[in-house]
Amino acid sequence: MTTTTRPSTRASEPAPRPPRRARGGTRATRVLRQSGVVAGLLVFAALTSFPVLVVVLGAFSPESEVLSWPPNFLPSRFTLDNFDGLAARIPIALQSWNSLVFAGVVTASALVLNSLAAYALARIEFRGRIAVFTVLIAIMMVPFQALLVPIYQMVSALGWVNTLAGLVIPRAADVAGIFLLRQFFITLPRDLDSAARIDGAGELRVFWSVILPNAKPALLTMALFHFVGNWNDLLWPLIMTSDSSVRPLTAGLALLTGSATGVAPYGVMMAGSLVAILPLVVLYLLVQRRFIEGVAMTGMKG
Amino acid sequence: MTSTAAGPAYRAPRRLGGGGRRPDNSRQIATRERSRTLRATAFLAPAVAVIVAFVFVPAIVALRLSFTDASGFGEASWIGLDNYATVFTDPATVRAIANTVLYAAMYGPLVIAVGLGAALLLNRRDVPLRGFFRTIIFLPFVISMAVASLAWAFLLDPNLGLIPYWLGGLGIRMGDVFASTTWALPAVTAVAIWKNFGYFMVIFLAGLQGIPRYLYEAAILDGAGAWRRFRAVTLPGLRATMTFVIVFAIIGAFQAFDQIYIMTQGGPDRATETIVYRIYTDGFRDFRMGFASALSYVLLAITLLLGLIQLRVGTKRERDLE
Repeated sequence: MTTTTRPSTRASEPAPRPPRRARGGTRATRVLRQSGVVAGLLVFAALTSFPVLVVVLGAFSPESEVLSWPPNFLPSRFTLDNFDGLAARIPIALQSWNSLVFAGVVTASALVLNSLAAYALARIEFRGRIAVFTVLIAIMMVPFQALLVPIYQMVSALGWVNTLAGLVIPRAADVAGIFLLRQFFITLPRDLDSAARIDGAGELRVFWSVILPNAKPALLTMALFHFVGNWNDLLWPLIMTSDSSVRPLTAGLALLTGSATGVAPYGVMMAGSLVAILPLVVLYLLVQRRFIEGVAMTGMKG
Repeated sequence: MTSTAAGPAYRAPRRLGGGGRRPDNSRQIATRERSRTLRATAFLAPAVAVIVAFVFVPAIVALRLSFTDASGFGEASWIGLDNYATVFTDPATVRAIANTVLYAAMYGPLVIAVGLGAALLLNRRDVPLRGFFRTIIFLPFVISMAVASLAWAFLLDPNLGLIPYWLGGLGIRMGDVFASTTWALPAVTAVAIWKNFGYFMVIFLAGLQGIPRYLYEAAILDGAGAWRRFRAVTLPGLRATMTFVIVFAIIGAFQAFDQIYIMTQGGPDRATETIVYRIYTDGFRDFRMGFASALSYVLLAITLLLGLIQLRVGTKRERDLE
């Protein structure tokens, strides 16, 4: 797309390769091409990290410098004023906690309910299994945005608006999660449960001490995606909560933009953004391989 | 979300094997089967209850609502297809649908091209620091669209932002993109591309790993240049990945909301209103819940259509492979 969209020439490695056809090239051309590739990657890396850096630096900059022209990338001094300003505008600690509880409880419940359902679909040969699975697949395509109105009405009728129940229960299980786990459970060797069954293990025991321990990568992947997805979700908490004391952080941040005093309080917004992304960035850096393999996994099924 | 057809077919061989158990008589078979069904039901029940209550039932309720003038207050009356007629004739709504299509038409090809470009660069084994680059490029995946939108709104702010400032230094005058009816939609699209292209990169990387190396070696022996190898080996090798990725990108594009809510609120002059943005404003700000439901069903129909296309292409591919 941009500069060097060279197709992958893995063949240009020093492997035993006939010396003709200068594609692998002399040492000089190879070094040249390599630096071209590195330059391209640097452009991509700069593109993705630059806005993140701006958020981090902006969060610690004095408000006057954030709102000055010409803008400066590096602040003259570091300050925590923006965080004070943030705390004055939204209940930041409470909303962070709300995010943690919301994303955490959805994830925990999805782990339990989805894996139970996936186990039945993958490991129990009951009649109608294919029918159930087909119906679930059809449902998987329904975007939740299309169901917001009736779901809101139901949640409202149950008196769950502005409660954790309203945020969590409609998302306590989901077809995409069941599908992901089912596809993984099905690849585990049959002998695993046969052996346990011969030892007299019941269904729950096979599920709990045979399948689950062997499915840790898939479970972790699903958990990470659910946690990140819900922590970052905007539309859902925007609709299910109106009281800022029960709002998760992502929806809370949206209120900062609506200050309508002319100039947007960017310093405060950057501080809020930093609080919102920090836990996930740390999580990502700790277990990034799981994230990346998880994405590759979902892509491969296509 | 993904395919789908692989499911039942994939499972078949094991079923035929019957698990190796050979029951002695038919009564025993029936009992065992009943007990298996019972156990399976118990395992499925909690998740299925949630899905029925919060997907299945709402889908039916939304359909019914879409034929009414429901406002969320008082009695709703049946108005037949009026809401659907409005969806396709009201200029503002038609504009929102057109905006969404335009958004998808920009987002889909670009996010795929950028993602593929990054994947091709990163797939080379002679590149130093691959892990580092991959980590950084994939980073926006964990950053919410809301935060990405705040950051980009700041960067592009004509009075404060670094990008207009730097471009000004190069002699390029940049106005307020979010106040321009021409540039606001491309701008909100660009933020989505920024946030998501790393995701597509990772999917393409997985696809690229699946292309056998000897194909490249053979192409080199045949004297194929880089572009030729890309056209003749890489692209065909990525066909399965491409089908998935294209539909996935377009379905995602039809759900655009967050960055519009944060950056433009649908403006200027409705230039960035999308289908989901209208579902939100009609349903939850203006309380036209019947109308919002009709719009929801339009979204649902588009999504299911795209899903079906994916399913068909997917099964055709499987058939071709056999």
